[in-house]
Amino acid sequence: MPRIRDIAQICKSKNAGPFLVTIDVLFEDHAVYREVKATGVLNAALFARLYGVPEEDVLFTPYDAAAAFKATLPRLVPAGDIGDTDVYGAQQHAPLLDVEIPIDRPAP
Amino acid sequence: MNEFRMLSTSGILGYGFAEESLKIGMTWEPHVIGCDGGSTDPGPYYLGAGKSFTSRLSVKRDLRLMLLAAVAARIPCIIGTSGGAGGEPHLQDTAALVREIAREEGLSFKMALIHSEQPKDWLLDRIAEERVRPLGKMPPLDPATVARAERIVGMMGPEPFARALDEGAQVILAGRSSDPAQWAAPAMRAGIPPAPAWYAGKMLECGAEPTVPKEPDNIFLRVRDDHIVCEPPNPIRRSTPLAVANFALHENASPIHHTEPGGLLDTSACTFEAVSDRAVRVGGMTWTPASTYTVKLEGVERVGYRAITICGTRDPVLIGQIEGYLATHRDKVAAKAASFGVPPSDYTMVVRTYGKDGVMAAWEPQTAITSHELGFVIEIVGKTQDIANAVVAMARTSMLHADFPGRLCKEGNMAFPFSPSDIELGPMYRFSIFHVVAPNDPYEMFPIEYETVRG
Repeated sequence: MPRIRDIAQICKSKNAGPFLVTIDVLFEDHAVYREVKATGVLNAALFARLYGVPEEDVLFTPYDAAAAFKATLPRLVPAGDIGDTDVYGAQQHAPLLDVEIPIDRPAP
Repeated sequence: MNEFRMLSTSGILGYGFAEESLKIGMTWEPHVIGCDGGSTDPGPYYLGAGKSFTSRLSVKRDLRLMLLAAVAARIPCIIGTSGGAGGEPHLQDTAALVREIAREEGLSFKMALIHSEQPKDWLLDRIAEERVRPLGKMPPLDPATVARAERIVGMMGPEPFARALDEGAQVILAGRSSDPAQWAAPAMRAGIPPAPAWYAGKMLECGAEPTVPKEPDNIFLRVRDDHIVCEPPNPIRRSTPLAVANFALHENASPIHHTEPGGLLDTSACTFEAVSDRAVRVGGMTWTPASTYTVKLEGVERVGYRAITICGTRDPVLIGQIEGYLATHRDKVAAKAASFGVPPSDYTMVVRTYGKDGVMAAWEPQTAITSHELGFVIEIVGKTQDIANAVVAMARTSMLHADFPGRLCKEGNMAFPFSPSDIELGPMYRFSIFHVVAPNDPYEMFPIEYETVRG
């Protein structure tokens, strides 16, 4: 089963203001995006589980026009506050890379 | 068809761009050039300290090229969020640089400074009138939080920019501004509808981000009545539908709803279409005016003073029991600090362990340590700089010399890469105000000052 890192062209995280981090997954091929979307694996509950935040705090939006999924969640610590490890929020995407998507793809 | 052309030199003034890009871009006859000068992304320090996260030398280099190009072409040059955070010291430092460049190059022009720092009394009155509300999970704004704030800025919309242009300003330096506002203003003033004008602003605010290869450089936008066309002047870059779509998601909570002063930009029905192998057309954006005009407020307060030290271990015996070691270390530091008169309530210690969870902290899903070395950043935030310095010095010594079961490295547990080992970081701030206020009009918070700069 392919993982996100095998089929997506972009997977990234970044601050959306000092209190939120936003994680994006993009596909160059809209057909692949539609297949991934149809599996329903990417959703608010997945992000809540991966990042240990309440599901109601996750804003999950599939964006068909850009063949992209976006999830926005509260940061662990506000940007730059005591204990923050990632002021720009640019390195919080890794747990997503290994998420398996049940679609038919040749093994990488 | 009405077409308005704008060139942004890079994502942040001072990040640099290829000089050749600007030369090519200017031959495409932009009506305005400019650059966004700031962001909250580098964190709360810069707004609090009144300093920029970019260097004076690199900003001067970018500004010089831009001023020379704009004056020669007789078009406005607009800088948003001057000096990184848009407070008064940031704006004044940028203005001083512009005057210096004008003198050196013999340039003369009318300059507008748009101020955005907010007086506390004004804000307290708005709180009393219940015209302030929190964003996200912030608590309601109370007078004590306002009183504690080191600096508060309002994020201006396009209206003050448009007014400065109406007054004939050729160079506009703005304090804190919504990133797209400096672009939406001239476009709407030229008769472009709000939806493509704001969308263009969103594309321009980060320079060549919507291109491949993605590096700080120029971006050029042709804005028409119902769409925009995005193309980088530099021939080594291309805008592709993927690069443009990727950028549409940039730094926003929602990919489809973008709240701006005065309305909402909706991009849910956008289409991204290649018009050549290096230009992309985006259409389908819509704009819904807000019922109430609101301005975002950003403010920071001082938490304390910070000092850090950096070290690493290559000892497998220690790496195998690092959690216990760090717990013991914490207790030892507390006892030793108390012995020289600093109670635990006077400081906070954070130890980041690289090779374990230094990047993701509690979000790190991997529990096993698989690296042969670990790096540590020991951070102390103290009530005073003296306290932070004293505790970090003790934390460094304890980290180096504390005993642990099975210890073979009896001369020291850590490699410290630097002498001096302790780094004083000065005051530490946190974002304390992240609210919106409903002003009487879009201008009252942002006074405009005009001056004639003569080179």
